[in-house]
Amino acid sequence: MPRALLSRALPGSVEETLALLQAGDYVADRALATALFLALKLNRPLFLEGEAGVGKTEVAKVLAGTLGRRLLRLQCYEGLDIASAVYEWNYPRQMIAIRLAEAAGDRDRAALEKDIFARDFLIERPVLQALEPRPEGPPVLLIDELDRADEPFEAFLLEVLSDWQVTVPELGTIRAEEPPLVILTSNRTREIHDALKRRCFYAWVDYPGAARELEILRRKAPGAPERLAAEVVGFVQALRRQDLFKLPGVAETLDWAQALVQLDKLELSPETINDTLGTLLKYQDDIARIQGSEAARILTQVRTELATARLGQEGA
Amino acid sequence: MTAPSRLLDNLVHFGRALRAAGLPVGPGQVLRAVEAVEAVGLGDRRDFYWTLHAVFVTRRDQRELFDQAFHLFWRNPQILERMLDLLLPTVRAELQPQGPDLSRRVADAFGRPDAGESPRDAAEEVTIDATLTFSAEERLQTLDFEKMTAAEVAAAKQAIARMRLSLPEVRTRRSEPARAGRRADLRATLRRSLRTGGALVEIARRRPRTRHPPLVVLCDISGSMGQYSRMLLHFLHAVTNDRDRVHCFLFGTRLSNITRHLRTRDVDLALEKVGRTVQDWSGGTRIGQCLHEFNRVWSRRVLGQGALVLLITDGLDRDAAEGLSAEMERLHRSCRRLIWLNPLLRWEGFAPKASGVRAMLPHVDDFRPVHNLRSLSQLAAVLAPAGPRRAPGMERWLGDTARTEAA
Repeated sequence: MPRALLSRALPGSVEETLALLQAGDYVADRALATALFLALKLNRPLFLEGEAGVGKTEVAKVLAGTLGRRLLRLQCYEGLDIASAVYEWNYPRQMIAIRLAEAAGDRDRAALEKDIFARDFLIERPVLQALEPRPEGPPVLLIDELDRADEPFEAFLLEVLSDWQVTVPELGTIRAEEPPLVILTSNRTREIHDALKRRCFYAWVDYPGAARELEILRRKAPGAPERLAAEVVGFVQALRRQDLFKLPGVAETLDWAQALVQLDKLELSPETINDTLGTLLKYQDDIARIQGSEAARILTQVRTELATARLGQEGA
Repeated sequence: MTAPSRLLDNLVHFGRALRAAGLPVGPGQVLRAVEAVEAVGLGDRRDFYWTLHAVFVTRRDQRELFDQAFHLFWRNPQILERMLDLLLPTVRAELQPQGPDLSRRVADAFGRPDAGESPRDAAEEVTIDATLTFSAEERLQTLDFEKMTAAEVAAAKQAIARMRLSLPEVRTRRSEPARAGRRADLRATLRRSLRTGGALVEIARRRPRTRHPPLVVLCDISGSMGQYSRMLLHFLHAVTNDRDRVHCFLFGTRLSNITRHLRTRDVDLALEKVGRTVQDWSGGTRIGQCLHEFNRVWSRRVLGQGALVLLITDGLDRDAAEGLSAEMERLHRSCRRLIWLNPLLRWEGFAPKASGVRAMLPHVDDFRPVHNLRSLSQLAAVLAPAGPRRAPGMERWLGDTARTEAA
């Protein structure tokens, strides 16, 4: 049976949270696991901030997968409104209902109004769906890249996230029996208001260290030879110490490793790096800066470091 | 019956003094103050303070000004008793500004001009000063910030505080009801049709809402910009408080984000906070270095939604324009429009000779002077239309750069 269908109990400790994420092939650090544990335990949203490509969205996906819950994803954008985030009325159906009432000679206005603004005519969008009870337990609601939505939407979320309820003027207030597991992410293209942050547990997702990144690579790109993986991680780590406009994230590391596997490379070479640098760096200025001699220099340095580490291991 | 009328007089004067100090106090508030004081009574000084506070102060950041004004005006502890039998000049005698921590504006409001005048005259004089005759205003418009007298600076600051900047509106994905909108608003239509019992009537419509894009100001505060940066800060304060989504940065040898400080409504408190935060006043300029920092740390956070950028600098760079061109290019590509305001442009014979200027010019969409009130108010005209990205006059400057390059 696929693991995703297996509904699991919520973790009871930070250790169990770490293990849960591990089970979903997510290598988390303790800070993140602690924040996630608290959010799950105390029924509060988890607010994840960090650079693009460090695995914020992945947390929600893994959580839904390992807990066997449904994942509801709300991608934010400028101008996101209630109609696309929470609910919308099904106008065609309402109109048909009106015509049918007309055809039947039904002229009772109050009754008609009551009928066509009933729950059956409501189209539920992610936020409202998240408040619905489900047999496998409350769903995981991912509100992705909240910084892209504008302030009015953020203010609207305050009601949802603290009281787990939504008000539909025609219907009244809809309240969740069991609060959903909410994960919010932000790339910090603007600051999120304190009022919202105050209601959440906060975690800053950072670039992983070399050991953790290698672990992630082993899990997510198992086809990569050990030597190649070590060199890839070493190179990316060295790049993150450079003065670049956009540093490569974990997502880029994985892309790069997979690209190299596809090209049947067993180890890095200056030419390979130059040819595939585009999977790692996304700005022309950055590529121009690293390409050529700089890439070769970093590679030599990485090789030396790896060799010393290996010698150290053998000596010990 | 004489006693209450003197209290009334004093309250009126206090109200005028507060207004002169910059608090929005109208006659209605003075009347309410009289009522309130009568209701509370004159027994206790603390009660008196909080009564007036409750009436005159309407925002948190007005507190400090009110506090200073109150203690200055009603300084004498026995004033409440004496007020009943003393004439105004005696009260005035208490009002000589003392101590360095007194807000300059409060001191100004309380008759600094001449010790022999009553507070009524003093307050009036300030008012007259602020309302310039037409010709004086005209002169002020074209006067270089560098050559202004103290009084002119004060008047210019007032004019700046009244200034509004209109930005081009951009369409958003949100919509609002509109009679001639292009999209049908099905929800409103259905609601409307129900009123008539289900027969479909007129279709309600919506159109996209518009909104101004964010505005980001990068202002040079190095030594060569000295006289201008003070006036420009007043300008930045006015702009920041006029609208949302405005971000202000100052740079000299370092970059500082002063947006939060400028949000303080009171201009003097705001500038004092800025002064405390920013460490590199009137030092050298490292434009390239500062822009680099802006691009790395801030650009994605404040330029995200297609911002307009105002870059205010004379382009004189201490680092001999090292790396400046690349950083300008990056900045230019990250924003909707990049406008360079340069005070040096007031000179007739200005030519883009300095290496910093040459490195920056190819990457800006507009290049304009900023040295007097008129150039500041003209900014509104430049920003308002959503016309071409690069202003028509730019070729002239670019041509100049090329020529000096060849020479």
